[in-house]
Amino acid sequence: MNIKNREQVEMNSDTDVIQQQSPLKRVALVGNPNVGKSVLFNALTGSYVTVSNYPGTSVEVSRGRALIREQEWEVIDTPGMYTLHTITEEERVAREILLKERPDLVLHVLDARNLERMLTMTVQLIEAGLPVVLVVNIMDEAERMGLSFDLALLQQRLGIPVISAATARKRGLEEIRTAIAGVGRSCGMPVVYSRLLENDIAQLVGLLRGEYVLTRRALALLMLQGDEEVMEMVLSREGEQAEQIRQKVREIAFERRESFHLDLSMERKEVVKRLVQGVITLPLTERKTWGERLSTLAVRPMTGVPLLLMTLYFGLYKFVGDFGAGTLVDFLEGTLFEEFFNPWITGVVNGLIPWWAIQELLVGEYGVITLGLRYAVGIILPIVATFFLFFSLLEDTGYFPRLALLVDRIFKLFGLSGRAVIPMVLGFGCSTMATMVTRTLETVRERILATLLLALAIPCSAQLGVIIALLSKTPGALLVWAGMMTLLFLVVGVIAARLMPGETPMFYMELPPMRMPQLSNVLTKTYTRMQWYFLEILPLFVVASVVLWLGKITHTFEKLVAAMTPLMNALGLPGDAAVAFIFGFFRRDYGAAGLYDLQTKGLLDGRQLTVAAVTLTLFIPCVAQFLMMQKERGWKVSLAIFAFVSLLAFGTGYLLNKTLLTTGILA
Amino acid sequence: MKLSEKAEEILEAMWISVEEEGGAFYDPEKMGVSADDPACRELTANTLVEIRQGMLYFRPEGREQGRITIRRHRLAERLMMDVFNIKGEEGDNKACEFEHLLNAGVDVKLCTMLNHPETCPHGKPIPAGECCSAARHAGDRGVVPLTECRSGQEGEIAYIQTGDSTKMQKLMAMGVLPGNKIKLVQSFPSYIFRVGFSEFAIDAALAREIFVRPVS
Repeated sequence: MNIKNREQVEMNSDTDVIQQQSPLKRVALVGNPNVGKSVLFNALTGSYVTVSNYPGTSVEVSRGRALIREQEWEVIDTPGMYTLHTITEEERVAREILLKERPDLVLHVLDARNLERMLTMTVQLIEAGLPVVLVVNIMDEAERMGLSFDLALLQQRLGIPVISAATARKRGLEEIRTAIAGVGRSCGMPVVYSRLLENDIAQLVGLLRGEYVLTRRALALLMLQGDEEVMEMVLSREGEQAEQIRQKVREIAFERRESFHLDLSMERKEVVKRLVQGVITLPLTERKTWGERLSTLAVRPMTGVPLLLMTLYFGLYKFVGDFGAGTLVDFLEGTLFEEFFNPWITGVVNGLIPWWAIQELLVGEYGVITLGLRYAVGIILPIVATFFLFFSLLEDTGYFPRLALLVDRIFKLFGLSGRAVIPMVLGFGCSTMATMVTRTLETVRERILATLLLALAIPCSAQLGVIIALLSKTPGALLVWAGMMTLLFLVVGVIAARLMPGETPMFYMELPPMRMPQLSNVLTKTYTRMQWYFLEILPLFVVASVVLWLGKITHTFEKLVAAMTPLMNALGLPGDAAVAFIFGFFRRDYGAAGLYDLQTKGLLDGRQLTVAAVTLTLFIPCVAQFLMMQKERGWKVSLAIFAFVSLLAFGTGYLLNKTLLTTGILA
Repeated sequence: MKLSEKAEEILEAMWISVEEEGGAFYDPEKMGVSADDPACRELTANTLVEIRQGMLYFRPEGREQGRITIRRHRLAERLMMDVFNIKGEEGDNKACEFEHLLNAGVDVKLCTMLNHPETCPHGKPIPAGECCSAARHAGDRGVVPLTECRSGQEGEIAYIQTGDSTKMQKLMAMGVLPGNKIKLVQSFPSYIFRVGFSEFAIDAALAREIFVRPVS
């Protein structure tokens, strides 16, 4: 977390005209999503990177340092944006950065293959008076498709430096560094629109008196587009002119009410068309790359579904489940912690600290070190590491948007759009992390629905492993369990979508070309994510250890088990099963492991085991997930979900037990 | 042939009564007009109808003229109600006034703009004009929503029709702008289209709002 930057932003939120006090020069990377901004960012900055939420939002912004020609620069990787007139929260943040942090240089990164479409934003940036350097990226793939470019001509027309690059192949990096270091930039060509639009702009510009980061021309256009934030900012700055400006904007907006947005887009399109005349040479025949062929396979249901199942099986089940949650956890937790580290640290602590309560707190059964740290490092770390590796790899191939479009129709039944497939897939890795990722969904309604489904019916990888091992011993048990999970997921999903007010979400997604992931980039991403995730999760484990410790030394824990015994009996389970449930709240998989113990002791038969497994999977997520729910959704929603899920879990367990008893299945 | 408004009204009522309701003749008294009204005389003078015992009978020319007149009326209804959004009785009245402006050529343009509708807003058939059969023959489907295109079909974006300005801007940012070339890549389970060298996936609700002019 970059505290310094946060303070600067907050400090300047009211007075953004004042130059920043920071001695560092800044360069901001802007552009559409999927144009290689992050790769360029990583290439420029190396390892001094911080990823943090932009103040007051859930949008991540990466910042790093780069040494360029003996001068240190701060590099900011802004969220993807399509236009200066912002629609999404990401775009709003990206613009905030341009407005409030006043970068000394704006690197507009775009995809060479879509030069014409994306140049519209370059035009806007130039028009706004920002110091722009244009990076025409992904040149290698454009060339492979047979496109060729006359960028010198484009540079001449635009009046700003234009660099050809393929950052994923390290092409053009030197030129970009030179451009960053270069001084005395020109401010680009003037953009001229139709007489009609120019007249509207002139009328508004004539009324503006204040000093702004963006040109008055750009502000006028943004106000005419109905940008409330810009409007507010301008009005607050203009004093007595404000009323007149507001009036003028209303007047023009009314006159052009029919199609202002469209007219402006068309005019910009025309400007760009003139710019690229003779700059792009198209190939005579369309060439199909292997990426496009793979993409076709991935989006056709006939081939896409098998491909999806294969990806999930090998990626999630084999790599994350078997290797990460199995082999690695066994080694780290079972061998390293249980056999070596824990006995050693217990000895050390007990030797140093004579008080029993403190010994318990640190190295006892639920100790911060022996339990909290062991879980965090021994179990979470390997699972998270393998999962993030798999996830980043998949992300870099461009597969997720294709997966999203495959399932969009089905997800609409649950009131979700295809976008929600990403947190759902993540949920099979770690539901806590997935709950966090639901923030990428567009509407609050979608976020709540996704959070509910994650809390209820999606088992995490660790839990999945233990349950499969446990139930495979009783024939049919696994089938009953999987059937129950699918049934409840569908039923609850459909009903929740009906009950929850709000519109069906719309689905739109750009499909970036499928490409071979760059290993170094995947590793950097995995590392950054893990680092950040760890900072969020580790404290939760420490807190949970302390709670359990308190429960033990005050004997509330035993009382809780006693209190839950009637509930367990109602499910047809022995009272001891309550321990598994309480532990289950601490860690989902630990609850399942508790059942394992009971089964080995011969306390549970096949029916009881199945009932317990179903109830436990449905029952609340681990404490970390609950805290994450609270953090992301607030107390009201998270408590409501908690109550609903608990009721449904035990209710289902009760009914399932009765059904199994009467029908004699699994007897 | 330029008829008076009243004569056109009579012709329309007569056409409905004879052609659609199967009558042999039309009694002008039904609309409060007597057989020796100047409007009726105008119709006989133009050899469109014959009058026997105060009843109006179609001549072949009149039948055709009636067809064209009713077609204009119903096209005008479509325009008022679908495009201008004037509903109910007021829409009917405005259509009655408007239809008389739709002579030679204008109705063809209107019909093409409305993409050769087959029924009026009240569900009655609109007699096909030459433009309709020509379009049918050429397989020219005019401007259709993206959902109506075949996979692999290319076209030009004609317009975006959405009441939601955020959606509109989102689409425009994706390069969905009138005049741009668009290619529908796939239509199930989601719509995938290509503009320039980029591909986008959208759901059916959004696809319905993009109107394209397919090119074969």
